[in-house]
Amino acid sequence: MSLDEDRRENPSAKDEPSSALQPGTQAPDFTLHSTPDQSVSLSEFRGQPVILAFYPADWSPVCGDQMALYNEVLPEFRPFNAELIGISVDGVWCHAAFARDRKLHFPLLADFEPKGAVAKRYGVYRRPDGTSERALFVLDAQGMIRWSYVSPVGINPGADGILTALEALKTKEIS
Amino acid sequence: MTQESGTASLTLPVGQRDHRRGPETAPVTLVEYGDYECPYCGRAYPIVKEIQRRLGDRLRFVFRNFPLTQSHPHAEHAAEAAEAAAVQEKFWEMHDYLFEHQQALDDAHLVQYAVTLNLDKETFVREMTEHVHANRVHEDFLSGVRSGVNGTPTFFINGVRHDASYELETLLAAIEAAMSS
Repeated sequence: MSLDEDRRENPSAKDEPSSALQPGTQAPDFTLHSTPDQSVSLSEFRGQPVILAFYPADWSPVCGDQMALYNEVLPEFRPFNAELIGISVDGVWCHAAFARDRKLHFPLLADFEPKGAVAKRYGVYRRPDGTSERALFVLDAQGMIRWSYVSPVGINPGADGILTALEALKTKEIS
Repeated sequence: MTQESGTASLTLPVGQRDHRRGPETAPVTLVEYGDYECPYCGRAYPIVKEIQRRLGDRLRFVFRNFPLTQSHPHAEHAAEAAEAAAVQEKFWEMHDYLFEHQQALDDAHLVQYAVTLNLDKETFVREMTEHVHANRVHEDFLSGVRSGVNGTPTFFINGVRHDASYELETLLAAIEAAMSS
C-alpha cells in the first residue's frame, strides 16, 4: 500500500486501517519530534531493521516496566543492527522527562500533533482512551512490516516476540 | 506472522545449574525472575517465604537473576554477590540477606554481608572484582527475556508464566491449582 504525499500530510479516516497493519505491508513513513528541536523520520532507518514500540503513555507503571525492559534488552537488539523507537501521544517535554528519569537509551517520539496520527495510520489508536495500543512492529531493512503484535493494554508484551522476529529476518536474509 | 496472545512459558527448564529449594519431586516448581534492588521483588520476598512455609515439601522454589541495571544501579553486583555466595554454598543465605537489606546494596555493604555470612572474604572479593559470575547472571537474564519475563518479579508455575498478581492468596491459589491439575 502506498500513500500519496497529500494523504500522508493530511491523514484522514480513509487512511486508518481498522486493525494493526499486518506483516507484508509497507510501513507508512512518518516524521515526528524526538526532542523539542529534533525530529526523526522512519525513512532515515532504511537499510536496517526497525522496532516500533507504540505504548499508551509515559509514566504509567506498566509502560515504565516495558520501556525499562527494552532499555535493558537493547544490547541484544544490537547484533541485528536493529533500531528501537518508542512512540506515544505524549509531548516532547514529557518524553524528555520520562527518558531522563528512566535513563532510556533509545528515542521516544511524540505522536502529539495531530494527536495519534501515526498510531492511526498503523491501526493502533485507541479512540476511547485517546492513546495508542501497546503494539509492536518489526520492520525489515526495506521498511516492510515483518511482524506485528498488539498486546492487551494492561500487559507488558516483553521482548521475546521482538527477538524471535529479528532472528527470523536474519535467517531469511542468509537463506 | 502476527502473534496473537499466548501464555509465555519457561524456555530454559529448571536444572542442575539452578538454585533450588525444596525436593526435586515436589509437584510444583515456582520459578522467580527477580532483582535484589527491585522494591516489588522486596515485597514479593516475604510472600514467597510464607508460601514455602505453608506448602513445605510440596513446593520447589527456584530463583533466577533478572537485574534491571538501568533502573537499579546496585542490582547487577548484588546478583553477582549471591552467585559468589552460591560457590561457597550460601546462596539462599545471601539471597535472603540481600532482600532483607535492599536499601544498602553498594559494594562495601555486599562485602560486609559476605563477612556476616561467614564467607571466605578474600575469595568473595576477588570474584566480585573480576566479575567471575557476570556471565551466569547474564545467562539468567537472557533466559528470562526469551521466556517472556516482562518486569520484576515474574513468576512461572510449572513452567507457565503467572500473569495475575503475586499477592499471597492469588499466588498461593495459582500454585495449588497447578498442584491438583
